[in-house]
Amino acid sequence: MDWMQIASALALGMFVIFLFPRAKDAMQNSPKGSTSDWMGFIIPIVGIILFIMLLIELV
Amino acid sequence: MKMNQNFSTVAQRSPSELATNKVLRNTYMLLSMTLLFSGVTAMISMALSMPPMTYLISVIGAMVIAMFVLPKFANSPAGIGIVFLVTGMLGFGLGPILTMYASLPNGGNIITLSLGGTGVIFLSLSAYALTTRKNFNFLGGFLMVGFLLVLMAAIANIFMAIPAMSLMISAVVIMIMSGFILYDTSRIIHGGETNYVLATIGLYLTIFNIFISLLQILGIMGGDD
Repeated sequence: MDWMQIASALALGMFVIFLFPRAKDAMQNSPKGSTSDWMGFIIPIVGIILFIMLLIELV
Repeated sequence: MKMNQNFSTVAQRSPSELATNKVLRNTYMLLSMTLLFSGVTAMISMALSMPPMTYLISVIGAMVIAMFVLPKFANSPAGIGIVFLVTGMLGFGLGPILTMYASLPNGGNIITLSLGGTGVIFLSLSAYALTTRKNFNFLGGFLMVGFLLVLMAAIANIFMAIPAMSLMISAVVIMIMSGFILYDTSRIIHGGETNYVLATIGLYLTIFNIFISLLQILGIMGGDD
C-alpha cells in the first residue's frame, strides 16, 4: 500500500462525507417517478449498456 | 400564411422559455470550449511526461475548487475563469493516464474508442432529453445515493484491488453518469438550473467520469491492462 492509495481513499472518503447530506436531502425531497417515468430512464440506459458491449467487441 | 404562422409561434414563446434556451446555448458553448481547453492541457501534460501522481493531485485540487470556490463566483464573470481552471486541471491530470494507455499495444485504439464512445453517449442522451423534454427530476435522490454507494465501493476496492470489482464499478459509474446527463439536461430545460456556469461544470464532470470509466473498461477487456 503506497501513499497514493491512502491519499485516494482519504480523498474519496472526504467526498462521501461532503456528499452525504446532499444525497439525504435529495432522497427526501425528490418527487416520486411513475412507471412510465422510470421506463423513460431505463430504456436509454439499456441502449448505453448495449453500446458499451459493442465498444468492448471493437477493442 | 405559413410565414405568418411561424412569426406567431416565435411571438408566443414565453420569456422563461427564451431564458431556458439561452442557458442551454451558453452551457453548450462553454462546455465545448472547456472540453477543447482540457484537451490542450492533457496534451501539454503528456508532452511534459508528468508523473502518475499528477492525476491524483489535479483531481483533488480541481474538486476542492469546484465544490468550495466555484459556487461563490458562479454569478460573476470570474466563475467562467474558475471553470476553465477546474477543467484545465482535470485535463492536465489526464495526461499521465493517457500516456499509460498510449504505451499499450492497442492503446491508441482504446483511447480513440473511449473518446468516441463518450461523445456518442453524451450526444445521444442529450438529444434524448432535449427531444422528449421529459422531466427527470425524480432521478435526483436515486442518482445521489447510487453515486455515494459506488464511491464507497471504490474506497473498498482501493484496499482489495479486485479487477472484476473495478470493472463493475466503472460500468456502474457510466450508468450513474448517464443518468446525471439526463437529470442535468432536464433541469436546464425545465428551468431548475438557470446558471450556465454550474450547469457546465456538472455536465463536464459527467463527461470526464464516463471517459475515465470507459478507458478502464476497454483497457481491462482489451486484455492489455
